[in-house]
Amino acid sequence: MSNNVGSYTVGDDIVDTKAPSGPVEDRWDKRRFGAKLVNPANRRKHRVIVVGTGLAGGSAGATLAEQGYQVIQFCYQDSPRRAHSVAAQGGINAAKNYRNDGDSIYRLFYDTVKGGDFRSRESNVYRLAQVSVEIIDQCVAQGVPFAREYGGLLDNRSFGGVQVSRTFYARGQTGQQLLLGAYQALSRQIDAGNIEMHPRTEMLDLVVVDGRARGIVARDLVTGEISTYLADAVVLATGGYGNTFYLSTNAKGSNATAIWRAHKRGAYFGNPCYTQIHPTCIPRSGEHQSKLTLMSESLRNDGRIWVPKSKGDTRSPDQIPEDERDYYLERIYPSFGNLVPRDVASRAAKNVCDEGRGVGPGGLGVYLDFADAIKRMGRDKVSEKYGNLFEMYERITAEDPYQVPMRIYPAIHYTMGGLWVDYDLQSTIPGMFVIGEANFSDHGANRLGASALMQGLADGYFVLPSTINDYLARGGLDQVAPDDPAVTTTVAEVQDRIKRLLAVDGDRTVDSFHRELGTLMWDECGMSRNAEGLKKALRRIPELREEFWQRVKVPGTGYELNQSLEKANRVADFLELAELMCLDALHREESCGGHFREESQTDDGEAKRDDENFSYVAAWEYTGVGEPPVLHKENLDFEYVHPTLRSYA
Amino acid sequence: MNLTLRIWRQPSADADGKMVTYQVTDVSGDMSFLEMLDILNEDLILRGEEPVAFDHDCREGICGSCGVVINGQAHGPERTTTCQLHMRHFSDGDVIDIEPWRAGAFPVVKDLVVDRSAFDRIIQAGGYITAPTGTAPDAHAVPVPKPDADSAFNNATCIGCGACVAACPNGSAMLFTSAKINHLNVLPQGQPERESRVLNMITTMDEAGFGGCTNTGECAAACPKGIPLASIATMNREFLRATRKVNR
Repeated sequence: MSNNVGSYTVGDDIVDTKAPSGPVEDRWDKRRFGAKLVNPANRRKHRVIVVGTGLAGGSAGATLAEQGYQVIQFCYQDSPRRAHSVAAQGGINAAKNYRNDGDSIYRLFYDTVKGGDFRSRESNVYRLAQVSVEIIDQCVAQGVPFAREYGGLLDNRSFGGVQVSRTFYARGQTGQQLLLGAYQALSRQIDAGNIEMHPRTEMLDLVVVDGRARGIVARDLVTGEISTYLADAVVLATGGYGNTFYLSTNAKGSNATAIWRAHKRGAYFGNPCYTQIHPTCIPRSGEHQSKLTLMSESLRNDGRIWVPKSKGDTRSPDQIPEDERDYYLERIYPSFGNLVPRDVASRAAKNVCDEGRGVGPGGLGVYLDFADAIKRMGRDKVSEKYGNLFEMYERITAEDPYQVPMRIYPAIHYTMGGLWVDYDLQSTIPGMFVIGEANFSDHGANRLGASALMQGLADGYFVLPSTINDYLARGGLDQVAPDDPAVTTTVAEVQDRIKRLLAVDGDRTVDSFHRELGTLMWDECGMSRNAEGLKKALRRIPELREEFWQRVKVPGTGYELNQSLEKANRVADFLELAELMCLDALHREESCGGHFREESQTDDGEAKRDDENFSYVAAWEYTGVGEPPVLHKENLDFEYVHPTLRSYA
Repeated sequence: MNLTLRIWRQPSADADGKMVTYQVTDVSGDMSFLEMLDILNEDLILRGEEPVAFDHDCREGICGSCGVVINGQAHGPERTTTCQLHMRHFSDGDVIDIEPWRAGAFPVVKDLVVDRSAFDRIIQAGGYITAPTGTAPDAHAVPVPKPDADSAFNNATCIGCGACVAACPNGSAMLFTSAKINHLNVLPQGQPERESRVLNMITTMDEAGFGGCTNTGECAAACPKGIPLASIATMNREFLRATRKVNR
């Protein structure tokens, strides 16, 4: 380990991202035409592994199988229908311009580049906006029951950071309905024998043979059996790493193991410090809290956010007269009001709470008030739009949001960072593709609301199925022998690690380590960050990791359903990834999007970017646990949307 | 509050199981039921005992992973998922029985974890609309009347948790199966496969070993998403219609 906290070396820049040149609107067509194809009769000779069954993995598995490839697919849940995309509430963006309110592909592209605070790749984002239109068509054809108006046409609503209504939704359960659409398409292919589905099976390592991804090592979570699956290409669709923070809106099982182990096998990790804090989550109620629950951003369409004007005001909200309330988002950002992007809304909430004006237990909350909306639209209309969210809130807090304002507070929700991929969504390991939240690609330093569903499905239904052909068609994929040394070594390493986890037999539970790591990350690498705090975390994480390997207690054996062992495996990886997140955050001495460095802010406390020095993607190469990683920069060029100070005032 | 828990422990699918009694102390009313089990498990691990295995994931009532029978009721006394049941609905000194879903078609895997893969097989048999990627017309090409869209949506909210099967004295999966059939069969996009869907899904459901429906209504009473009992009647009508059409 290096004595110098946060040290790293700088390697070669990434020059070629495979994005075609020329006008941005032609690049995707150009790439698709340039990509080699696999003829339909040959496709069944190729095996493709897809890990994960969320929106990205589910849609990719179904589409690749439809094309004729043999797909082997995995999820850790008991059914592919349960992947955490299911929990997305608000909606999915598409540049349909069905409202005739000035939307266009170019505007969605523009909004997304700007919303990402000019830290994303223009070519990718433009393609995302183009493909968005087809996604809605695809989902409607599958029977996804989007909200409709009385004339039978699709309804839309507006989301943060945007001035048009381009979000399609299915009440507050859009993610569930889109996921079921992909799951059903997947089910059809499983029934047809085109997909070999392995539920309750978790990927624990990547098999790399002669520099190319050729398979995975996975553990059957019921029997504990470790198996190798070989293929011609591997697609990771395993989601983000928000659970590094322990408390987040992710599912309890969401983890970074697949991407982290792939990183350790040579895949660069892009922008690990870009994490998104969602402004509207239900505040935590105590130490027992095991996860945080999001209240959809769509609530900000009609709810008004406020805190008392004076510090330490403990009156109940109905006792605080109108002129003693501070509707701070409407005051500071008059043109976007309550619909500013997530990073801006979250920081504003933190600021008013830091000033001592927060509400609820510990002063860690702000009001989201529907009194005006109920007056304007009537209770029934509010209930039709948000009924299930109100119910969920009441169930958790025992407070009725029709009567008293909701209390909300920011929480970790999404990670913009992820494995680095080129325009084809291929990682730096040839043959390994990464899609959905697991990659770093389209959202820059901040994701706009209703764009995660869009990206997951864009990658899975449309982008990957076009680009993976090119890799497979180029051939050179000789059969890998099951006893190839690369395979047997990888299996041995996985088995050894499980043995070591079980052998420690210490005196602390896995959860106690995870909580401690989470608190440290939230305090030092959360909503706002500074060099001193990040260095503190960088000193503490290796100690905690060492302690974990000396004191963790994992009961049971490796040859059975062992949920403690599953958790231990995942937390061991979070303990390594957390260090890279802090290191990336320390190295990026600017504020941008979800990454707010206290040292880099304007006089009014807004994020201050430093385009001169940081207009690049930081792609990190692994060199060993606790060893200084190598930084590769991919410089970002903005030919169309010129970086400006991102203003929502 | 302090509670006595009596939990079904079964080391593996083919081992015998039994109820085991545990005490938990200092439970707060704001905890969810699963957070209460987390506390028990943390305690068991430190005492060197095996923690209780249970399925769970999103913990916000939408993924359908969790579900246990609490004092004889699937998902417990409130009409919600186990993860969204909060301890404020219990009182100090309560004795709580916790069992896995009990149904022939849902064999126990371990403790409170059951195998619900039969649900996946029912969907694979026809719970989809054939729409390969890339073939879709413009989303507005076919308007869907709002009542039909709303009805489709209401049935589509099923999370596949299996509470309906656990609650049914016959272990029937009719509510689950009908929810998917009614979601898809009411939509214009679902018409071409309307008959084959209902016939194939019901055949698969029967083959999986689920019981028949005797209109007890426990399924709808336990459903955390409020899928109505009438969905079963609609499915039966679809089934009859399909049988007659196919036999014509």
